Amino acid sequence: MKLEELKSTATQVRRDIVRMVHGCQSGHPGGSLGCTDLVTALYFHEMKIDESKGADGYLNFSREAKGEDLFFLSNGHISPLFYSVLARRGYFDIKEMSTFRKINSRLQGHPATHEHLPGIRVASGSLGQGLSVANGAAYAKKLRKEDNVVYVLMGDGEQQEGQIWEAVQFAPHYKLDNLVAIVDWNKQQIDGSTDKVMNNRDLKAKYEAFGWLTVDLLDGNDMQQVLDALAAAKAMLGKGQPVVILMKTEMGAGVDFMMHTHKWHGTAPNDEQLATALAQLPETLGDY
Amino acid sequence: MKKYTYTEKKDTRSGFGAGMAELGKSHPNVMALCADLVASLKLDAFIKENPDRFVQCGIAEANMIGVAAGLAIAGYVPYATTFANFGSGRVYDQIRQSVAYSGANVKIAVSHAGLTLGEDGATHQILEDLAMMRSMPEMTVINPCDYNQTKAATIALADHVGPAYLRFGRPVMPVFTDPNQEFVIGKAWMVNEGKDVTIVATGHLVWEAIQAGELLEQEGIDAEIINIHTIKPLDEEAILKSVEKTRCVVTAEEHQLNGGLGDAVCQLLSRKRPTPVEMVGVDNSFGESGTPAQLMEKYGLNAAAIVEKVKQVISRK
Repeated sequence: MKLEELKSTATQVRRDIVRMVHGCQSGHPGGSLGCTDLVTALYFHEMKIDESKGADGYLNFSREAKGEDLFFLSNGHISPLFYSVLARRGYFDIKEMSTFRKINSRLQGHPATHEHLPGIRVASGSLGQGLSVANGAAYAKKLRKEDNVVYVLMGDGEQQEGQIWEAVQFAPHYKLDNLVAIVDWNKQQIDGSTDKVMNNRDLKAKYEAFGWLTVDLLDGNDMQQVLDALAAAKAMLGKGQPVVILMKTEMGAGVDFMMHTHKWHGTAPNDEQLATALAQLPETLGDY
Repeated sequence: MKKYTYTEKKDTRSGFGAGMAELGKSHPNVMALCADLVASLKLDAFIKENPDRFVQCGIAEANMIGVAAGLAIAGYVPYATTFANFGSGRVYDQIRQSVAYSGANVKIAVSHAGLTLGEDGATHQILEDLAMMRSMPEMTVINPCDYNQTKAATIALADHVGPAYLRFGRPVMPVFTDPNQEFVIGKAWMVNEGKDVTIVATGHLVWEAIQAGELLEQEGIDAEIINIHTIKPLDEEAILKSVEKTRCVVTAEEHQLNGGLGDAVCQLLSRKRPTPVEMVGVDNSFGESGTPAQLMEKYGLNAAAIVEKVKQVISRK
């Protein structure tokens, strides 16, 4: 997909996120908006996925993902972003977004496989677990000699979990050079700035000390920079080390009043705020 | 009383190791993971024959569970192994989210469960794991009774699709079950038919139940002994059918009374056929250092304790 198309897709995804969270008056818009450009770029540009469709017209989904690149969302609370991208990519009907976080929905508050939503391979939300699962999937790809990439997105607050560092030492030990981790380094978490809550200090130095190659993505809300970082990461694969993209983003990116604060981490907009937000995000692909 | 004899004593964990060695040959998708306890888990034979299908995870159990989930998603059948203490309570949330809720086909296979771990003491003597794993949706929970049964359970689990917790132990114990037994998950084993009391036992307590049955026979009490190796799903039919005849039950397990096999049996009976029950297990206490036999005696988990409970429960009929 070309740059302009990716940008307009990301704008629609942002509309979807704000509308979904408003629709159930619950959910996490801030981090979802911050990571929109990355996850849009992964699914619409970077990742090699099975493009075949079933009789229902939707993409065929295989949990095993043989011969496919795959993506794990570790910071599962940004589920509205994941659901919008999966629906817009063709895994299920975009109308289903209206069921987000409502009773009897496949679009659970945090991503789940339990209701068999196509595109989800593992449940996430309890933080710190996604990189370990990605390690296992990447290990399996190497065992099968499959030439695919495993991507996993984590939050920066999530880097405070101990399990992350168990997983960070595992990947270089097994030379998982088919693994790309992305840290959403927005410096915000529920209780305030990460510097104040629990300082992550120098994440780049920490990952390097554990044996990772690093890519600096200085503006993860600039689509061209996102594409460049993903290309740079891919070029580093196959050299015996995993790669981490340290992605600086702005929580709430695309909606001015949700930016520069942690307050929209897990808060839903009211009707008036929704109207203000949507005015900043023109409909590009048609609302659900 | 049906006669049970043995010619050798072996540890149940070696039964697991032997089962894994067979799976290494028969099941190309089976993998083993371990958190720095390869010798304790008896994985040497599997690793020697299948070095590519073994993942040493180091002392990092949380990551190990996640790696197992990732391997399972990719189509492998991973057995994640460590001590029971570190494969249950320490990683409860990882098992809950990445394995059970995610429907990942991961086998948690854990050794050194219960008091019979012995001298290492209470830090390592997990007595709450069955309660944790029983309460988790989608989880199958198995606690075999000797070397042969553990080997058979290990092999049977490879063809069972879904998360499972397989619990075994450290000390050598009599090997008294059929080496060629068919292990059916969720199907109880009738050890001895009797009419006066039903003894429902799991794990290391099954041999003790057999010893108790012989002691009771000398006193004219005819005990029916049922081995529940699969704590979940529980073979309700076998228990209810036995209780129709005996009208009283003693449960026996190397676990807390809270939340284990005894609780499962009580829940079943109080719902479907109220019946007097007495329970042999650890009563709301941590363990301590000692030899396995000393600990089983001190905490009331042996044949003598079962005999006493049988007399109590018969008097309540």
